[in-house]
Amino acid sequence: MTATENATVINASALSKHYGSVVVVDAVSFQVQRGECWGLLGPNGAGKTTLLRMLLGKTPPTSGKLTVLGNVIPQQATTMRQRLGVVPQLDALDPDFTVAENLRVFGGYFGLSREQVDQRLPRLLDFAALRAREHAAISTLSGGMQRRLSLSRALLNDPELLLLDEPTTGLDPQARQLIWQRLRTLGQQGLTIVLTTHYMEEAERLCDRVTVMDEGRLLDCGSPAALISKHIEPQVFEIYGAQAQVWHLQHACTVAARHEQAGESHFYYCHDPAPMLRALQATPNLRFLHRPANLEDVFVKLTGRDLRDA
Amino acid sequence: MWRRNALVWRKLALGSLIGNFGEPLLYLLALGYGLGALIDEIDGIPYLHFLASGIVCSSAMMTASFEGTYSAFSRMAVQRTWDGVTTAPLSVADVVSAEIIWAASKALLSASAILLVAALMAIVSGPRALLALPVLFLSGITFGALALAITAIARSYDCFLFYTTLFITPLLLLSGVFFPLSQVPPAVQVLAAVMPLSHVVALVRPLVVGQSVNAPIVHLAVLMCYAAVAWLAAIYLAQRRLSA
Repeated sequence: MTATENATVINASALSKHYGSVVVVDAVSFQVQRGECWGLLGPNGAGKTTLLRMLLGKTPPTSGKLTVLGNVIPQQATTMRQRLGVVPQLDALDPDFTVAENLRVFGGYFGLSREQVDQRLPRLLDFAALRAREHAAISTLSGGMQRRLSLSRALLNDPELLLLDEPTTGLDPQARQLIWQRLRTLGQQGLTIVLTTHYMEEAERLCDRVTVMDEGRLLDCGSPAALISKHIEPQVFEIYGAQAQVWHLQHACTVAARHEQAGESHFYYCHDPAPMLRALQATPNLRFLHRPANLEDVFVKLTGRDLRDA
Repeated sequence: MWRRNALVWRKLALGSLIGNFGEPLLYLLALGYGLGALIDEIDGIPYLHFLASGIVCSSAMMTASFEGTYSAFSRMAVQRTWDGVTTAPLSVADVVSAEIIWAASKALLSASAILLVAALMAIVSGPRALLALPVLFLSGITFGALALAITAIARSYDCFLFYTTLFITPLLLLSGVFFPLSQVPPAVQVLAAVMPLSHVVALVRPLVVGQSVNAPIVHLAVLMCYAAVAWLAAIYLAQRRLSA
C-alpha cells in the first residue's frame, strides 16, 4: 500500500444504486482523507442514507467502485467493519441490558473478551459522561444519554473511521453541544469522521469539508467557508411578518440586492449592507434580521426551497 | 449474538420457563391423566407414556418456532438489534445462523425439562433416552430455521398467526403427538409423513419409551434436509430483506 492510498480512507468512483427504474444514488465519486471530518448534507430522500449503507457494505452498489480503509466494499466489508465505528440514526441499543452490559455484549461482536472491554469501560463511560449510570437500564436514559452511549459503543473497537448518521437529530441544545464537543475532541485526536446531517450549523461547526447531495447526485463540495463565499453574497437580511410584503414592493428596486421569497419571508443577499440597513431602519416596527451568510443559504440555493416529502 | 440472546434470556428466565415448560406440562398432566384413564394402551405402551414422548417433541417444535418468529422479529424489526449487530464485523448470515442455533438451544432446553419430568414420573425407559437429545436439537434447528425464513419475509406479527395456524398447529395435531397416525385417513398420513415433526416423533418416542427405532437413517436424513434447506432459505431471504 502506497502512502497516498493509505491517506485516502474512502475512495468512491462512479458509485450508483438503482431500485428498479428509480435512481437513488447516481454515479457519485468522492474521497475522504485520513484525519478529516467530512459532512454529507442533503434534504430527506437525497440518497444520504443509501450512500452511508453502501459505505458500511450493507447495500451493494448497482455499479461503481468503492474502497473503505483499503478494503473493497462490499466484498471485504466484514474485515473493514473491524476497524469502523458506527453511530446509527436509531441508536439500536439493547433495551434488555444496562449501560455496561450493552458495551460488553457489543464488544463480543468484535471478538473482545469481557476483560478487554472492562479495561476500556471506564474511559468510554467517562467520555459519554455516563460513569454514574453504569448499571442503569437503557429505558431510564434520556435521548442525549442514549446517543452518547451509542457514540461510546462506536468507539469500543478503537476505530480508524467513525460513521455517524444524523448524530444530533432529536436532541436538546445541551445534549447537542456535548456531542459536538466530543466529536471535536475525536477529530483533534486524528480520527476520520463521516457524518450525515441536515443541521447546517452542525456541519459548519464540525466539518472540515462538506458535500451537498440531492436527488442522488453530489452538487458541490468544499470547506463550509469556501462554499459560502462561492455561492452566497456575504451579507443576508431576512424580513418577515405582515409588513414584509409591503416593504418589499416599496423598496426592492432601490436596494438592488439578490432577493428570494419563502411564504411571508423575504431574503436579500448583498455585498454592501449599508443601503439595505438605511432602508430598513427608515421603516418603524419592521421585523428583520441582519446576519452573515451561512451554510444553510448555500444548501437552500443548491437544493431549492421546496419541501421534499410534501 | 447467541451469547447476547442467552444473556437476555437469563434475565427473563422465569417468565420464559413458564411459557416453554409450564404449558406442555399442563397438557401432559391433563391429557395424560384425563384421557389416560379412558385409553388403556396405544401401540403397546400406556397412553401417558405415548403422550409424554410426543409432547417432548412438540415442545421442542413450539419453542423453536416461537423463538424464531415473534422473538426474532422483535430483534430484527422492532428493537433493531440486527441493524446494530451488523455494523460490527458480523454479516446477516452470521446473525441468522446465531438466531437459528439459539432457537434450537431453547428448544433443547424446554424438551429436556419435559423429559426430566417424564423421567421423574418413571415414564422414561432408561439412559438410552439421552440419545433423543441430539435429535431434539436437530428438530430445534429445523423449526428454528423454518421460522427464521418466515420472519425474513414477515411484514408484521400478523404473519406469524398464519404460519402457526396453517403450519405449526396442523403439524402438532397430525404428527402422532397425541394419537397414532393410523387413526387418520391415508392421504393425511402421507402428508404427515413428508412433514418434519412426524420424523422427530418416530425417532424420539422409541428412544424415550424403550422400543427399537425403525429406519433411523431415513428419519434423520429427512430432518437434515429440512434443516439445511430452511437454513439456506432463511439466510437468503434475510439478506434480500436487509441488504437491498
